[in-house]
Amino acid sequence: MTETKPRTLFDKVWDAHVVEQLPDGTCVLYIDRHLVHEVTSPQAFEGLRLAGRKVRRPDATIAVVDHNIPTSDRRLGIAEEESRIQVETLERNVAAFGVPYFPVLDARQGIVHIVGPEQGISLPGMTIVCGDSHTSTHGALGSLAFGIGTSEVEHVLATQTLLQKPAKNMLVRVDGTLPFGCSAKDIVLAIIGKIGTAGGTGHVIEYAGEAIRALDMAGRMSVCNMSIEAGARAGMIAPDQTTFDYVRGKPYAPKGEALERAIAYWATLPSDAGAQYDKTVVLNAADIAPMVTWGTNPEAVVPVTGVVPDPAAEPDEAKRAQMQRMLEYMDLTAGQKLAGVPVDVVFIGSCTNGRIEDLRMAAAVTRGRKVADGVRAMVVPGSGIVKQLAEAEGLDKVFLEAGFEWREPGCSMCLGMNPDKLTPGQRCASTSNRNFEGRQGPGGRTHLLSPAMAAAAAVTGRLTDVRDMA
Amino acid sequence: MDKFTTLTAVAAPLPIANVDTDKIIPARFLKTIKRTGLGVHLFDTLRYDSEGRERPEFVLNTEPYRKAQVLIAHENFGCGSSREHAPWALLDFGIRCVIAPDFADIFHNNCFKNGILPVRLPRAVCDQLMEDARLGGNARVTVDLERQVVVRPNGEEIHFEIDPFRKHLLLNGLDDIGQTLQYAPKIDTYESRQREEKSWLPGITVA
Repeated sequence: MTETKPRTLFDKVWDAHVVEQLPDGTCVLYIDRHLVHEVTSPQAFEGLRLAGRKVRRPDATIAVVDHNIPTSDRRLGIAEEESRIQVETLERNVAAFGVPYFPVLDARQGIVHIVGPEQGISLPGMTIVCGDSHTSTHGALGSLAFGIGTSEVEHVLATQTLLQKPAKNMLVRVDGTLPFGCSAKDIVLAIIGKIGTAGGTGHVIEYAGEAIRALDMAGRMSVCNMSIEAGARAGMIAPDQTTFDYVRGKPYAPKGEALERAIAYWATLPSDAGAQYDKTVVLNAADIAPMVTWGTNPEAVVPVTGVVPDPAAEPDEAKRAQMQRMLEYMDLTAGQKLAGVPVDVVFIGSCTNGRIEDLRMAAAVTRGRKVADGVRAMVVPGSGIVKQLAEAEGLDKVFLEAGFEWREPGCSMCLGMNPDKLTPGQRCASTSNRNFEGRQGPGGRTHLLSPAMAAAAAVTGRLTDVRDMA
Repeated sequence: MDKFTTLTAVAAPLPIANVDTDKIIPARFLKTIKRTGLGVHLFDTLRYDSEGRERPEFVLNTEPYRKAQVLIAHENFGCGSSREHAPWALLDFGIRCVIAPDFADIFHNNCFKNGILPVRLPRAVCDQLMEDARLGGNARVTVDLERQVVVRPNGEEIHFEIDPFRKHLLLNGLDDIGQTLQYAPKIDTYESRQREEKSWLPGITVA
């Protein structure tokens, strides 16, 4: 019997949500939470309307606007017509279908992947989906959370299930202690650098090991967030005391005796001893340094002390051509040191690094310093709640006095869908998750790095090893 | 969704690995509330210069590939975001089949929901098919889903693997939701059991 076989965290959450298994192994998988935003949902609601279908479980669904909205004063509305139409379409749809919604002027509004955990809407052991690839973020709670396309959004709205085949299990273990100057972002960039952008394809990654256990929930979310950049379907971290402490007191989390029963269940979820993984990768945290990407996908990453690699050393012709193209696009040369490359823009925010803990790390570097001349530096809190917390701690003053912009919550410059964009040729030190060509605006050049490293770049005007600024 | 049975068409070679969904359709074009009309922006930055003029060297701007219905690429096609606008843009342009050594998971999933067949074939075979495609307009490739073969212009047949359930849906142009709703009673049962076993799990209402 398979019941006695040791199971992984992923296996347990998966098994608990199988409604029906079809003969070929495809499962009807129950979805506990469905997060909805304005970009990937209009066609799904339209599909429901055309078929005369309802939202099966509005009480398991939450909508926010994040991708399109400006991060300036929102009482002024949205100037850009198409963005405004998309936001208004969402507002009409949530009203028509009875879906719970945090409106743009509500303090709870923010980036969907910040809002879910922050409100206790995302909880351990759940299946969580959203029409957004960075849904993997919520796996930090020990849930199975993954991005879906719009057809699947419609499928979940209509049936509260998805047709899925189980993924394979991959273990990424990070042993040891993270060195001074490094944070979760450096861990995940190091992982992607090691396994590549397709290293996790077909797998759900479970992150484990001493360095992962030592992370707070924000750090765990940064790691799980970028699972998709390694091609993985999802990333997960076993729930533990850190998780339970985080969930306790969140607005939509269970309370009192109900919470104790929930925790008793969640405590059964960590992988069994002897559970088998299809793939295992081990890193030593002590080997990790502050990381910076040099190319146009997240695996093109080196420690800030490193140099731009030489395409001539790449034996595969297609890969060599791709590297060459990256260097041209990024306007870098083989052998060039990353430290010292001048930047035009610094962006601190996104679903990867827009939490209060991220802003504290950036503020610690910024405090008492000034943004370098000619650099546009911006901080965009991940939600209205993050913004309030930061202001209560005086972080807004630290950033504003240094010359940063302090903006309203949203996806902002992570992707060029709202007014926060790079102009062609601009170089940006960014705490976001993707450095694809044109991701932050056509012709824009992105260097992914941690919040502390971004702050260091802002005050020096160059990519800088944050450890030199202590 | 349109059925996919057999397709004989011009194939366009795109010998690039890690073609991400921002490359297939940049985020600034995701503001539509429709599924159609995105074909003109397919591969926008590869296809047009900053003035909006066609880049003459890009494959889809040359004959006979303007009418390509098959696209052949390298590893990890469709990586990045979950945007279904990527397959919508391909479909709106006229692409019904993408052949590559492997695909990113979400993109792969999204293709099937839109009547696009993603075919996984080894890199060496993809390179061979690209060579065939470069022979020009008469060198059409045939993709036969029922028999699971790609037929080269010289008649050689190459077998490919596909998930049987997805093959069935694609061959018959079936709506996923309709399929799942056959299990509605089981979903009801699951939900009642969950309400009992996980009674601590709260619902969401916004005050």
